[in-house]
Amino acid sequence: MAGRLLPSHKKLQQIEGPATVSLFLIAALPFLGALLPGLMVKAGRNTCATWTGIISLSALIGLLVHAPAVLRGEVIEASVEWMPLLGLNASFYLDGLGLLFGTLILGIGCLIILYARFYLSRQDPMGNFYTYLLLFQGAMVGIVLSDNILMLLVFWELTSLSSFLLIGYWNHLPEGRQGARMALTVTGTGGLALIGGMVMLGEIAGTYELTELLQMRDVIQQSPLYVPALLLILLGAFTKSAQFPFHFWLPRAMAAPTPVSAYLHSATMVKAGLFLMARLYPVMSGTAEWFWIVTLAGLITMVLGALIGIFQNDLKGLLAYSTVSHLGLITMLLGFSTEAAAIGAAFHIINHATFKASLFMTAGIVDHEAHTRDIRRLGGLRHLMPITFAISVIATLSMAGIPPFNGFLSKEMMLEAAAHAHLGENAWLIPTLATIGALFSVAYSFRLLIHTWFGPVRDDYPHKPHDPGFGMYASPALLAVLVILIGLFSQPLVGHAVEVIAASILGNGAHPHVHLALWHGVTPALYMSGVAVAGGLALLAMYKPLNAMWETAPRPDAKVIFDAIVAVVTRISNGFTDLLHDGALTRYAAIFFVFSALVSAHAYFGVDATQLTRTPIEAGILPIIAWFALIVSAACVVVYHRHRLLALVILGIIGVVVSLSFNYLSAPDLALTQLSVEVVTIVLLLLALNFLPEHTPVESGSARRIRDGVIAGGVGLGVAALAYVVMLSDFALPSIAEYHLANSYKGGGGTNVVNVILVDFRGFDTFGEITVLGIAALIIYGVTEGLLGSKVRQVLLERRPNHPIAGDEHPMMMVVATRLMLPIALMVGVYIYLRGHNDPGGGFIAGLVVAIAVLMQYMASGYDWADKRQRYPYHATIAAGVMIAGITGIGAFFNNMPFLTSDYGYFQIPPMGKFELATAMGFDLGVFLAVVGAVMLTLESLSRLAYRRGDMPDEYPMDINPSRAAVETTENEDKT
Amino acid sequence: MSVEFLVASAIGVLTAAGIYLILRLRTFPVILGTSFLSYAVNVFLFTTGRLAVGAPPILDKYAENPVYTDPLPQALVLTAIVISFGMTAVVLMIALSAYLSGGHDKIDMQDETESEERA
Repeated sequence: MAGRLLPSHKKLQQIEGPATVSLFLIAALPFLGALLPGLMVKAGRNTCATWTGIISLSALIGLLVHAPAVLRGEVIEASVEWMPLLGLNASFYLDGLGLLFGTLILGIGCLIILYARFYLSRQDPMGNFYTYLLLFQGAMVGIVLSDNILMLLVFWELTSLSSFLLIGYWNHLPEGRQGARMALTVTGTGGLALIGGMVMLGEIAGTYELTELLQMRDVIQQSPLYVPALLLILLGAFTKSAQFPFHFWLPRAMAAPTPVSAYLHSATMVKAGLFLMARLYPVMSGTAEWFWIVTLAGLITMVLGALIGIFQNDLKGLLAYSTVSHLGLITMLLGFSTEAAAIGAAFHIINHATFKASLFMTAGIVDHEAHTRDIRRLGGLRHLMPITFAISVIATLSMAGIPPFNGFLSKEMMLEAAAHAHLGENAWLIPTLATIGALFSVAYSFRLLIHTWFGPVRDDYPHKPHDPGFGMYASPALLAVLVILIGLFSQPLVGHAVEVIAASILGNGAHPHVHLALWHGVTPALYMSGVAVAGGLALLAMYKPLNAMWETAPRPDAKVIFDAIVAVVTRISNGFTDLLHDGALTRYAAIFFVFSALVSAHAYFGVDATQLTRTPIEAGILPIIAWFALIVSAACVVVYHRHRLLALVILGIIGVVVSLSFNYLSAPDLALTQLSVEVVTIVLLLLALNFLPEHTPVESGSARRIRDGVIAGGVGLGVAALAYVVMLSDFALPSIAEYHLANSYKGGGGTNVVNVILVDFRGFDTFGEITVLGIAALIIYGVTEGLLGSKVRQVLLERRPNHPIAGDEHPMMMVVATRLMLPIALMVGVYIYLRGHNDPGGGFIAGLVVAIAVLMQYMASGYDWADKRQRYPYHATIAAGVMIAGITGIGAFFNNMPFLTSDYGYFQIPPMGKFELATAMGFDLGVFLAVVGAVMLTLESLSRLAYRRGDMPDEYPMDINPSRAAVETTENEDKT
Repeated sequence: MSVEFLVASAIGVLTAAGIYLILRLRTFPVILGTSFLSYAVNVFLFTTGRLAVGAPPILDKYAENPVYTDPLPQALVLTAIVISFGMTAVVLMIALSAYLSGGHDKIDMQDETESEERA
């Protein structure tokens, strides 16, 4: 992928004063602020809401600072290269479209934060709510400001996740959980499709920066990948914006608290799909595919959503379907691909956000006050809640498209655009359906208005409603004022803004001319509007019989279909999983081996392996003997593996042969390491075998053994062939070995290149490795502690030995020999450590040698005796090792060198002559200590399991000690 | 017979033995198998530096036209050997604690009914 990407030639704008920085800040503020509510909620609900509001408001102000420049037609950019080879940069830009959505998200966000403070009850965890809300806000701002489409995708997924948390906020309600799951499933699936589509788009264009990509209309539309990319992107947009046939999740998401519905499901998240279509409009629109798919999906959604909306009895359900319908309207306008339609779409996004958010909030107030949102149980509320009523009337009439409110203006523009739209040869279908959609819209709007607010006051409300406090109606009231103002003074207020927004939707340097006015003269749209209003009212007059028909008519229930699809998919994936993962771990391993063998075989037969360019080394008799020993030993282990002790002993032979081979093949360091590790490993396995059964029972039949044999043989053959070919081929690229050989002495001050690589060139690797080794030892220690703290301890204490125990557990000969050897072995260890820099040796090997020497004391003289004389806890040894290595590395900072750069010098210390001292030796000391500590802690932990009931701590290192007997005798004689 | 052939076939045999043992049904053979695989992988990584006899990467300033084998794979394998000890130890400890607390050392997960019977 990277190869096809052109390096980004766009001049990255340097940071110029505060203006450029603030784009990052705007996107980051909500995320940073998300930490606050959880802290502030302890200081009270008002403080919590205030701080959340401050965060949102500061981001809004930061955004609006840019507004004048954007409205002048400038585009503000901010970019930092992140992973340029992958095309992933942290780049943001702000144009008209971004400003529109950013203002909606942050502005309505502020209002929602205020509203939610009074909406949420005392029992609701407010900190959580505001944290989720800010996370969501940040993700949305990220989407609309992103310049890089990969980053946009990340924010896109974040909105799905944070909206999941918000919809399921009342997680004690099953509807909340189900609604949240459904929303996540649908939008998440769409998100996956979108990723595919966007990556295709990026691959076609050769850039992932929107500002560059949007200039490439011709390249993109002529590409064979255009249609698949379009389909995938639209799938993402339609699922997010609840377009038919994915409209069903939005009404289910109404189980969320009303502030969430007002925010996510009217003003912001569901518009993310529209945003995406508008954003990619310059390169994706105008083709037949775009026109047909987008227009039809929008048209169907608009009509269907409005139709279902009429018959909803839940206030929020009605508003949800109305939202679906209005989203369809905007989608359809984008589908038309004309300038006038794009202007209409831009304008309607503003208008819909104002009236619908306001309506959701008034619905929430009704619910809050009357304790029901069922329209059938409401009515007559206008006398009881006059303020809420006034707000609701304004917003509802705007939704119905009644002058002089703002909804009327954009609806007229929609009808006007529809009147000129042709569906293929057909000129009447779109105008008719658009009128019908508007008609339904009038019907549900007036149903909401009349059935909720008008009619007689009832005496059976679940709770006697009255107007709420100012804090709760302030937000919808402000929006209602906007509805009126935009309606009356559209051109001076938003005319220019709509022009800029439409220009950035259209792209390609378009300069649309916008003239917003209530009166456009007698146009087709006006007739259509008239028909819609009259028809809608007529429909509402016949509501009762129509509703009865609706109730009896067969309607597919989306939830049932959705559940059925989910059930089928789950069954298939379960079946597949059960087939591969049936709990038999050996089966997973077999599948893994077979699969890797097949993949490797495919690769193997794809290359010409006959060109073996290196001359083989002729083998003498010794290598052949060693080879023979190894093959026979391996065969013996396989044949006799059921006899565990025997298998272990033979394993030791293999280790020795491998070690000798390393020595023969010019790797003395490896030989030493392998040999000492071999000793430790065998001791470890022997210790463990103490607790495990001695024999492996026969369980697999011959068929299974043949199967495993075939798998093992096949993979073994492949590996052998691979190794053979590698060894006899020359390096494809020049080896970096030359560099190490040339610089080992000059740069690292050592002649043993392997050791210099370990402590210097690749010191950071080694540092990581000793840390890992230390962690492994600590894990073992931890598991042992866990075992000894559980009921297993009882089992261990009551354990019966497999064999009769020798009377002489600590034989004198061994005790004496190991004790004599200890100082010699330690001396050898120090010697190996000191010579390591210039000759085979070093910290790893020295550590292993010393560990073995100490280990022998445990084995010979007993755990208790040895442990009492061991004054340094092994945990501390590991820690000291890692820290010494680390501090040595940090020391390089004082030399103004990078971490772990080593320094060395030669010193004259009389009478010993010239000495070399390198800082790498400090590092190697760390390696040494870490290895000793890790090996010893591991073995010590295992030994601690060995206690049995009745074991006495060993009083003496030797069970039979002639000298002690002599002393005791003399003591006894003295007494007598 | 070339040394390359001997080493390659040894790697193959170690791998095959390792895989066969890993596919057994009890923990101990599996641990033996991982040890075999460690040998095989370590030797294989080592061979990527190509084979050389009598050319250890220890600089000799007195030699004329000295030949050294590739030191880098050796350094990588050296730490790999030590780390594989750590890994063997951890796996062994897990196997051991599973045996001690579970009462058996079977690799495959047991059916619910079977373990209930045991309980």
